[in-house]
Amino acid sequence: MSDEVQGILVGHGKLADGMLDAVAGITGSREGLTAVDNASMTPEALEEHVESLIGDGTSVVFVDLPSGSCAYVARRLKHRHRRLAVVCGVNLPLLLDFVFHRTLPLEDVVERLRAHVGVSIEYSTDADSSVSGR
Amino acid sequence: MPILLCRVDDRLIHGQVVVGWGAQLDLDLVVVIDDELSDSEWEQELYRAGLPDEVEALFTSVEAAVELIPSWASNAARSFILTRDIATMRRLAEHGVLADIEVNLGGLHSAPGRERVLSYLFFSDHDRAELRRLQRTGVRVSAQDVPSARKVELDELLEIEAS
Repeated sequence: MSDEVQGILVGHGKLADGMLDAVAGITGSREGLTAVDNASMTPEALEEHVESLIGDGTSVVFVDLPSGSCAYVARRLKHRHRRLAVVCGVNLPLLLDFVFHRTLPLEDVVERLRAHVGVSIEYSTDADSSVSGR
Repeated sequence: MPILLCRVDDRLIHGQVVVGWGAQLDLDLVVVIDDELSDSEWEQELYRAGLPDEVEALFTSVEAAVELIPSWASNAARSFILTRDIATMRRLAEHGVLADIEVNLGGLHSAPGRERVLSYLFFSDHDRAELRRLQRTGVRVSAQDVPSARKVELDELLEIEAS
C-alpha cells in the first residue's frame, strides 16, 4: 500500500471535475486526486462511493461548501476513519500545494493546507493605491 | 410567525436549504423531524456544523413534533421543517398538524428502484403511493428545489413520465 496521501475532491455540480481539470492543466498530472460530483446522489450513495475511494489508505477529502451535503458526508466518514482529514472551502492554491506535498505525513500535509484556507482580497482606494491584504 | 416551509429532502440541512431557502426566508430555526436522528447526538452535531450561528437547529421525533408544531407555528421564530422522506411528512399530515402548511418536495435523489421525474426528484412505486396518501390528507404538495425554480404542483408531477 502506498504511503502517499490521496485526495478526494467532492463538490456540487461539476465543480470537482472542473477543479481537477485545472490542477491537471497546471501540473500536467491527475495523480493523487479523484473527483466526485454529488449530482443526483442520495447522501447514502455518496457516502458509500467516497468510502470505497478511501479504502484503507490515508486521505484528505476536499469539499466546496461547509454547509453542503458533501461536507456532511465527509464529516460522517471522518467519524469512522482515523487517517482522514476533511477540508471545507477547497480552492486551487490549496489543491496545488496538496499534490506537490502529499508524500509527507498526513499531519504535515494538514499543517501546510491550513496556510491556504481563506481568501485573499486585494482592493485599493484612491487614498492608498498600494494597499493589499488578506 | 407561521412555519414558513415544510420540506422533504433526503440531504436534510445542506446548501440549497441553508443558502438558497435560508437567505430568502431569513430563517431563525430549522426543525429536522426524524426518529432515528433525534436519538443520535453526534449526527446532529454534523448537521449543526453546516448552519450559520444565527440559525438554531432542533432535532425531534415525529411523536414529539406532533405536540410541538402548534407552538412553533405561533412562535415569533421564523421556522422551517425538514424530513428526509415522504413517509415522515405523511405521518405528520395524518396527525392533522400540517393544515394550512404547504409541503415542498425539495430533493429525493437517485437510488435503486427509483426513476427520474425531475433533476432533483426520483420516485419509486413506494414514493408515489406515499405521495397519494399525503395528498389524501388534504395538504397541498408541490416540488421546487430552490426559490428561483418553477414550482410544480403534485398533480402535474405525478403525470410526468419517469425516465
